[in-house]
Amino acid sequence: MTRLNTDTICAIFLLIVCAVFFSASFHIKDMGFESLGSEVWPRFILALLFVFSTMFLFQSLKKPPEEKTESKGLKAWIVKYQNAFKIYILFISFLLTLDILGMLIGGTAFVFLTLTALGERTLRSLGIHAAIAIISITFMWSVFTFGLKVFLPQGIIFSAW
Amino acid sequence: MMIENLTEAFWAVFELKTILLMIVGTAAGLIAGAIPGFTIAMAVILTLPFTFTMPPVQGLAMMIAVFVGGLSGGLMSGMLAGIPGTPSSIATTFDGFPLVRSGKPGLALGIGVWSSFCGGLISAVALVLLAPQLAILGLEFGPWDYFALVFFALTITASLAGENFLKGMIAGALGLLVRTIGEDDINGVARFSFGIEPLEQGFAFLPVLIGLFAFSQLLSDVKEPKRAKEALMSDTGSGVVKVEHRAALKVIMIGWPNLLRSSLIGIFVGILPAAGGSISNILAYDQAKKASKTPELFGTGTPEGIIAPEAANNATAGGALIIMMALGIPGDLVAAVMLGALLIHDVVPSPTFISENTVIAYGIFIAFFIAHFMMIGLQAVCLRLFLMVTRVPMYTLTAVILAYCAIGVFALHNVGFDLWTLFIFGILGYAMRLLGFPLAPMILGVVLGNLAELNLSRAYASSNEWTTFVFSFFTRPWSLFFLLLAVFSLGFPWFQKDRGKKKWALVYIPIMCLALAIPLFLMGGIVRPTIGAILILISLNMLRKRAQEGWHIEDKKDLISELRE
Repeated sequence: MTRLNTDTICAIFLLIVCAVFFSASFHIKDMGFESLGSEVWPRFILALLFVFSTMFLFQSLKKPPEEKTESKGLKAWIVKYQNAFKIYILFISFLLTLDILGMLIGGTAFVFLTLTALGERTLRSLGIHAAIAIISITFMWSVFTFGLKVFLPQGIIFSAW
Repeated sequence: MMIENLTEAFWAVFELKTILLMIVGTAAGLIAGAIPGFTIAMAVILTLPFTFTMPPVQGLAMMIAVFVGGLSGGLMSGMLAGIPGTPSSIATTFDGFPLVRSGKPGLALGIGVWSSFCGGLISAVALVLLAPQLAILGLEFGPWDYFALVFFALTITASLAGENFLKGMIAGALGLLVRTIGEDDINGVARFSFGIEPLEQGFAFLPVLIGLFAFSQLLSDVKEPKRAKEALMSDTGSGVVKVEHRAALKVIMIGWPNLLRSSLIGIFVGILPAAGGSISNILAYDQAKKASKTPELFGTGTPEGIIAPEAANNATAGGALIIMMALGIPGDLVAAVMLGALLIHDVVPSPTFISENTVIAYGIFIAFFIAHFMMIGLQAVCLRLFLMVTRVPMYTLTAVILAYCAIGVFALHNVGFDLWTLFIFGILGYAMRLLGFPLAPMILGVVLGNLAELNLSRAYASSNEWTTFVFSFFTRPWSLFFLLLAVFSLGFPWFQKDRGKKKWALVYIPIMCLALAIPLFLMGGIVRPTIGAILILISLNMLRKRAQEGWHIEDKKDLISELRE
């Protein structure tokens, strides 16, 4: 079986997106006004997207298959994009714990953990990472809280304290 | 009245707080522009959260300062390390770096800085003179014309993606689709919420923008684990460089035709929707080389090769602001961000923007002027700061800026959903980058989506029946003009590819000129039909010449590859 190239997978994904949104466009309420219905513009865009995605699909099928230059597979893929995955995991943890830790503690923890995950892990580096995290987040938090009078999430720990 | 508005804008900009913010903005722009991997758009996007609570003039003045600083900052790394800080300074490295290596770093930096300054000032004059005139022209636009203009802006952005044209069009359509999610502005109906309550309001503009652009850019910058741990730049020279202002000014005075031509190229490119400094600097360099008496010296460290790209990229900023202020269409990615900033302050740029928001408009003019003087004053200080920043590894900046993005995005509406939007669009933007989809068309789609829908709806409401609605797109001169431009911009990638290889490319430009003459004649009056007649004469002359040459194909290389060689 011929191996699908990345563009082909992309095109198929885009066509699925078109189908999902097109089906969802039937759930848009008709207000009965004389003006252009709320579903017309999205459907026009979806029609364009469908045409471009189909063209893209045919274009990708004409392309020669990608050369196997490096070992592929899930593990190799994760190793290749390890930094992106680390950031995703840390950022999602930051979002999930925001209500508990708040922006000040959560933000500091996020910066410290991201620095440690992406950088060196020696004792000296950990100290530097901690200093960078505390100084940068406290500075930004102060600017927004006291300078710009923006309310940032306090979190359970901070408010209890 | 005009004097009153001008005075009010003057005082708004010259308020101590605004001036201080502009100084900080210019310095931040200079440093951000100098760091490879940090684009000017990213620097301006990151400034946006600070400006929410500020009055519009103050916020925009700060963003303009970052913009101007960023355009000039790119030359520092380009000259000292041979790595352009931003795509707007690519051509600056061709001669800037060799001149530095030949032992004249002070002169090289001086020429770059003063060319940026002069180019910026020329475009500032053009901004003041042209924007109001273009806005008057914009008042002629009906909803059909506006819709066609948005369509043209999207097609030209996608066509600039070159070989990835189809991906550019898909990205543009995705941007428009993202904008349809949530409550529609016309009927107030929720669309594509998929049962998720926060989606009924739609995605806020800023988290989408920061996610798509900044978040994904940061992930790209730390993609290689080893490279992420290294200092940003290892080879930036000895560090102590004294900028030779007098000598540089003398060189620029001698090369004033080059400066003027490059600035005009920059303004023109800036006016084109979504074409920014990354194009103008290369185009100006190419033209300077063609016009030079000593083209063989280009690439060896000739001052002409520094003046052209630096004057052009700063002039592009003025051009981009002209089209944004006059028609509400962003001239480049940074202008798109500023347009978003104006929308956050409930100011909608349109042809009536300058007449209805005179203080803001004049404030932008004044801030743009002042930012260039600040840039000159701060360059020496920022050069030292830049050299310090280059020792910082990329992963440190990434972690801190990501946290800052989160704080800034949350500050917009105090809604946690915005942080999830940032995260989701961060993933989407990174995936798009990896798969070769250009982000600019998508961002433009997000910015212009509502404008397009609103005008389409207005056009429909003004028509009695469907046929009138559709035919008006082709019978109204401005609409036809923009649609023709859109069609030819769609064909532009193929034209570029086949130029000098296939015969059809020989007639592409003449046919475009002939086609564009039609709506110009339809517009009536004296000036526009005259321009139409000139276009016809030009195209007929081109066709005649090519026929005389026997439709001979001259092998012309792609501009970029020619420059690379």
